[in-house]
Amino acid sequence: MYSPTYAAPTTVDEAVGLLANASGAARVLSGGTDLIIQMRSGRLRPEVIVDIKKIAGTIGIREEADGWHIGAATPGAEIGEHAGLCAAWPGVTEAVQLIGSTQVQGRASFAGNLCNASPAGDSVPGLVAAGALAVIVGKNGKRTVPVEDVPVSPGRTSLAADEFVYEFIIPKASGKTSDAYLRFIPRTEMDIAVVGCGITVTLDASGTCTAAKVCLGAVAPTILVLDDAAKILIGNKLDDATLAKLDAAAQAACKPIDDKRGTIEFRTKVAGVLARRVAAIAFERAAAR
Amino acid sequence: MSKTHVTCTVNGEETEFLCDSNQTVLDVLREDLGLTGSKEGCGSGDCGACSVLVDGRLVCSCLMFGSEAEGTSITTIEGIADGENLHPVQSQFLKHAALQCGFCTPGLIVATKALLDANPSPTDEEARYWLAGNLCRCTGYDKIMNAVHAAAAELRGESA
Repeated sequence: MYSPTYAAPTTVDEAVGLLANASGAARVLSGGTDLIIQMRSGRLRPEVIVDIKKIAGTIGIREEADGWHIGAATPGAEIGEHAGLCAAWPGVTEAVQLIGSTQVQGRASFAGNLCNASPAGDSVPGLVAAGALAVIVGKNGKRTVPVEDVPVSPGRTSLAADEFVYEFIIPKASGKTSDAYLRFIPRTEMDIAVVGCGITVTLDASGTCTAAKVCLGAVAPTILVLDDAAKILIGNKLDDATLAKLDAAAQAACKPIDDKRGTIEFRTKVAGVLARRVAAIAFERAAAR
Repeated sequence: MSKTHVTCTVNGEETEFLCDSNQTVLDVLREDLGLTGSKEGCGSGDCGACSVLVDGRLVCSCLMFGSEAEGTSITTIEGIADGENLHPVQSQFLKHAALQCGFCTPGLIVATKALLDANPSPTDEEARYWLAGNLCRCTGYDKIMNAVHAAAAELRGESA
């Protein structure tokens, strides 16, 4: 009978050693809401499971000078209960809470959602739009990369076999900066995004956008960062002409697939609609700062 | 075959077990500890029939390895009543006939208790969203919602 080795190291070095020295495939376990299902279905058969939750700093939220530090395996429910982080980054925190049910929220984490590397992961576009960094540890020490550099294709990440995400750093939202995330699903709960969109904007006192980051999920093999769409917002207010250009840029960036949840045509159209709606929420929130 | 020795608290009692690394908490509860109240519906975190509380937080016991339970405190449906006295959520589910086949009921009761511990006065929308991960294929949910609101009122000390 298949029976992998389970290890719950208490230090980063121990965890990296287990990953580096595994004789077969090793998988990092944070919340497990994807990994356990994939193991039960037979899609994944790791020899070694490295549970990182006993390592100090992998669960919890701290506000420090360089931003919000969020432990890799912090469950969505705990993120949603953190009043300070939810006020600072409403889009990021609402996005992670869209994943699964109350029960799934009790376990599911940013790191699991990111490293499962589904293009439809709800928490990823919001993190990317907010300029979040992933702190990755491995046998060569620690490196910090933008979140968008982690997924490389469906199910694959840029992490080496001995590496794992230790925590995320989301910068402080300074001045009139805020964010939003919306996804389309054909029901109200418990579904996977057909399209997801996260946008962060910074406004000046007149309401003109001075900085923006626009990110789409579920319309390409990885999440997309839309530099063209950000340039359309920067220097403009939230007027009809700007929204129309944003809509067109979002549609133009899409490279979706047809599947049971949506066609190419539908996903492309919805990407434009969501970009408009998300921009409107992000502008309104930023203006209220 | 590697087994993990786990010590945790189950329904207030210190409990030890040996588990295979690919056994879930649900497997351990049902197969090793004889606590068969938690049900396996889907085994993939969609139906909520296996809902338990781990350190007070609602989770699907099918989405957690037994090995991960080390040092935790788990409450299952068997730990909801106070001895022979049913918890108000249990008695209101009975009073409102909020079950037919009963397979989803343990999970719904555990999830409802967690809801009312966190939010003693949920709106109907809040209760429905909280319980969206508990599927019932018999009742159509109306009787369940009636029971949830009646239990909330009883726990708030209001006469039903």
